[in-house]
Amino acid sequence: MNCEGGMESGDKRLLNAKALKAQEIKEQWTLMSLAGPTLLIIVLVIFIPVGWLFYLSFIDGDGQFTLEHYRKMIEYKSYARTFVTTFEVSLLTTLICIVIGYPLAYFLALLPARWSGIFMLAVLLPFWTSLLVRTYAWLVLLQRKGILNDFGQHIGLWDSPIKLVHNMTGTLIGMAHIMLPFLVLPLYGAMKKIDQNMMYAASNLGASPVKAFWQVYFPLSLPGMVAGSLIVFVLCLGFYVTPAVLGGGRVIMVATQITAILENQFNWGSASALGVVLLFATVVVLYLAARFFKLDAALFGKS
Amino acid sequence: MANHNDNGALKHSTALPIHIQGLTKKYGDLYALDSVDLDINSGEFLTLLGPSGSGKTTLLMAIAGFNRPDAGSIRFDKKEVILMPPHKRDVGMVFQSYALFPHMSVAENIAFPLKLRGVSPKECTARVAEALETVQLSGLGDRGIDQLSGGQQQRVALARAFVFRPRILLMDEPLSALDKKLRERMQIELKHLHQKLGVTTVYVTHDQREALTMSDRIAVINDGRLAQVDTPKAIYNHPANAFVADFIGESTMLPLTRDESGYLYFNDRRITDTAVKDAPNGWSLVIRPERLYVVDGEADTNQVVVFDGTVVESVFQGETAFALVAIDEGTELSVRFGTSSAAGTGSLHPGEQVSIGLLREDVIIIPRDR
Amino acid sequence: MSWWTSPASDTQVTHGARFWLYVVAAIIMLLLVIPTFIVIPMSFSDSQYLEFPPSNWSVRWYDEYFGSSKWMRATVTSLQLGVLTMLLATPLGTMAAYALFVSRHKVTKVIFMLLITPLIVPVILIAIGVFYAFGRVGLNNSIPGLVIAHTAMATPLVMIVITAALRSYDLNQERVARSLGATRLKAFFTITLPQIKFSVITSALLSFLTSFDEVIIAIFVSGGSNATLTKRMFSALRDFIDPTIAAISTIMVLVSTILLLATQAIGSKGKKS
Repeated sequence: MNCEGGMESGDKRLLNAKALKAQEIKEQWTLMSLAGPTLLIIVLVIFIPVGWLFYLSFIDGDGQFTLEHYRKMIEYKSYARTFVTTFEVSLLTTLICIVIGYPLAYFLALLPARWSGIFMLAVLLPFWTSLLVRTYAWLVLLQRKGILNDFGQHIGLWDSPIKLVHNMTGTLIGMAHIMLPFLVLPLYGAMKKIDQNMMYAASNLGASPVKAFWQVYFPLSLPGMVAGSLIVFVLCLGFYVTPAVLGGGRVIMVATQITAILENQFNWGSASALGVVLLFATVVVLYLAARFFKLDAALFGKS
Repeated sequence: MANHNDNGALKHSTALPIHIQGLTKKYGDLYALDSVDLDINSGEFLTLLGPSGSGKTTLLMAIAGFNRPDAGSIRFDKKEVILMPPHKRDVGMVFQSYALFPHMSVAENIAFPLKLRGVSPKECTARVAEALETVQLSGLGDRGIDQLSGGQQQRVALARAFVFRPRILLMDEPLSALDKKLRERMQIELKHLHQKLGVTTVYVTHDQREALTMSDRIAVINDGRLAQVDTPKAIYNHPANAFVADFIGESTMLPLTRDESGYLYFNDRRITDTAVKDAPNGWSLVIRPERLYVVDGEADTNQVVVFDGTVVESVFQGETAFALVAIDEGTELSVRFGTSSAAGTGSLHPGEQVSIGLLREDVIIIPRDR
Repeated sequence: MSWWTSPASDTQVTHGARFWLYVVAAIIMLLLVIPTFIVIPMSFSDSQYLEFPPSNWSVRWYDEYFGSSKWMRATVTSLQLGVLTMLLATPLGTMAAYALFVSRHKVTKVIFMLLITPLIVPVILIAIGVFYAFGRVGLNNSIPGLVIAHTAMATPLVMIVITAALRSYDLNQERVARSLGATRLKAFFTITLPQIKFSVITSALLSFLTSFDEVIIAIFVSGGSNATLTKRMFSALRDFIDPTIAAISTIMVLVSTILLLATQAIGSKGKKS
C-alpha cells in the first residue's frame, strides 16, 4: 500500500501544532533560566554600574545635564597628553609583542607534540602568575642598582646606571612581558591549524623554505596574529597597575588619570566621562576587528 | 513481560505498530518534513531510504523525540507520544556514531538503561550477559570502549539499545562507518537479530542496496515527502515515480507517447499490452540495465520489445560487464551482463551492430513528474 | 648525519638553518620566566632594600609576613574570596555555558555576548562603577560585594573553557542516554559532567586565581579590615618598597605554579582516558 505525504487538508497539517509550540517555548525558557543567575550577576556588576557611570558623565555638580566633562577633554591639554600616551603605550606594546611573540609562537608550533607541553609552560607560567608579582619583579630588575643595570655595566654596554624604570621604558618592558601570552596563545592556536600539506605543496611547486614561509605560512597565520594583537591592544588601553608602578608617575594612562581624578577631586562626572570614552574606544576597535577579521572563530574555535 | 520462542531466544512479547499522521517540520521556510503519513506494522523492519537532506533522519529523530515537529501525530499503537519527552518513550536507539559512553566499560554501557529502570544488580548482570551473547561479544564486558574495534563497538551500541526490551528499535545509519565487507556481514546479522527479537525496527540509510537487503518494507523519502512505501521487490520492479526509479537500482528512462486508445509507444514500438490512463505529464519507460539482453536471431515481438543499435562502449567490471548501445535518435541504452561463460552473451565490441531485447514482463512504466 | 644537518621538518629545512630561531625562542622564554622566578631568591635577602643578588640570606621577610596581623588578615580575606568566587562562578558559568550550547534559540548568541562583556569592558571602568554602585547600597568593603564582583569577572572564563570542552564532546551521548530513559538532568550528571570534569576543574582553578590575583577592583572596593592581599601589596609597592612583598610574591608564585602544573597534569590525564 502506498502512502503519500503531500498537501493534505488544513486540519491534518495542524495536528497538535499548538501544544507542540507551547512545549517548545517552555523547554527553551527552562534552558535559558540556567543562564539566568549568571546574567543577573553580570547585570548587577557590569550593566548597572557602567550604565550609572554613563549617566553620571552627563551630570554636573548640581545634578543638571551638561556636556562640560566631555568638553574638558577636548579643551584641556592634560587629557590630550593622556590619550596620546595611552595610545602610544598600547601601540608600542603591541608591536613589541608581535616582534617578540611571532618567533616564539612559530617555534612552539614547530615542536613535536611531546615537547610542546613543556615549552608552553614558559608562556603559561607568567600568564598564571599574579600581575602584581610580575610588575614587582620588573621593578626590582630594572632599578638603578638592579640586576639588569649591573649586567649591562659589567659587560660594558653602558658605563653608569641608566634609568630603566619609573619611565616609559620600564612601563613598556613590563607591559610587553604581561601581554606577551595574550598574543602568543591565539597565534599559536592559529599556526597549529595551518595544514601542513600547504607547505608540502609549496615546496613541491618549487618554493624555497624561506619563500614558502612568507608566501604561504605567514599569510595563513595572520588571522591569529591579528586576533592576538587586538586583545593586547585593547587590554593595554585600559591598563592601570603596571603603568602606575613602573611608570613612576611619568606615564599617565587613561586608567591612571581616572583614578587620579577620583582620588584628588572626587569628580565623578569627569572620571565617568573619561571611562566612557575609554569604553567607546575599546568597543570601536573590537567592532572594526570583528568586521574585518573573523575574531570569534579565532578565539572560540575548536581547540 | 518476555516469553521465549521455540529456539530459546528472547522474543519481545508485543512489538508496537507506529502510526504517523501529518508530521510536519519546518526549518525557516524549508520543509524538512511535509505532512508525512506513515503506518509501520508491528514487528516489521522498515527502512527509511533517501538521499542526504531528504528528511529521513529528521523523521527518525521525531519518532525518538529528539526534535519537536511543528505539527502532526505520532502514535505507538494507541498512545499518542508526540508530546512525550524522549526518556519516556521507551524506544531503543542506535546512532551513526554509536555514542558509547567512554567513561564506562562495555558492561556498564549496556547496563545503563537497566539501572535507570531499577533492575536489580543481579538481574542486570544476567541480562547484560545475555545481550552480549546475542551480539556475539560474550566475555568482553569488562573491556573499555576504546579497546574495541568499530564492528564491536557497533554491537555494543546495539546490545545497549535492546537490552531493556523496548518495543520499538530505531537505527540511524548504524553501519555507515564500517568498511564494505564488515558492513555486508553486519547487515545479515542485523536481519537475524531482528528476526530473533521480533521488535518493530525503523532503519535509516541512504544506501539502497542495504535497504533492499534488510527490509520488510522500504519507505523512500525525498524532500520531506514519501515517494513510495512498499516491499523491496515491489519498489524495485514497480517504482511509482521517476525519483524511486532513479534512486533504486540503475535505470534508463525513455519518454513514451500515448495513442488515442491508450497504448504507449516508444517511437514506433508498442510498449504496453494494456491501455493506460492519461497522465498529466505523460509516461516514461523505465529500463533496468540487467533486464536487457542480446537478441539472437529473430524475437517474438509479442513477448519482447526489441531495440536495434550500435555498441558505443563496452566495459568489464568484474562480476558484471556494462555496455552502452546507441539506438535510434541519439538515445543510449545501458546494458548490464553477467560475465559467466554460461551467460552466453560473449563480449560486445564498439561499433558492433546488436539487437537488444526487453521482455514485456520486465517493462516498467511510470508517470512523468514534468 | 649530525643533529645540525638533519632535517627538522618534512620540507628538509635543517636544524642548522633554523638555529637562529631556537636561540631567539630560548632567549624569549628565559625572559618570560626569569622575572617570575626572580622573586624567590630576593625574598631570602636580608637587606631592607630591593637587592638582587642578595648579599645576605635570611628569612626575616617571611617572619615579617606570617607575624603581621595586617598581612595575615589580608591573606585570609583573599583566600576566602578566591574560594567563594570559585564555588560560585564554576557552577554558574557551567550552567550558562551548557544552556547556551544546547539551546536552539536565536537569542543564544546575543546572550553569550552579553555574558562575555566583563572581558571587554575595561576593568578600571568596572572597578569605579562597582565602587560607586556598591557605595550607594553599602556593599563596599564587604566580602559579599567583592565575591559578586569577582564572580562576574570569573564566569566568562568558565564559560569559555566549558564551551570549548562541550564542542569537542559528542553531545549525542546525552541523546542516547535520554533515549535509554534518563531525563536531561540525569543525562547531564551521569554522562556529560564526568567527561568534562577536567575542564570544570580547570575553570574552577582559573576562577580562584582570577579572584586571588585581582587587583583593580580590589583596590577600589575592598578596604579596611576586608582589604585583599593584592590591595595591600599594591599600596606597599606605591608608597614604600616593602621587601615583605618579595616573600608574599614567592608564595603566590608557588601557588600559581602548583595550580598550573595541576591543570596540566589533569589535562593530560583527561586526554588519556
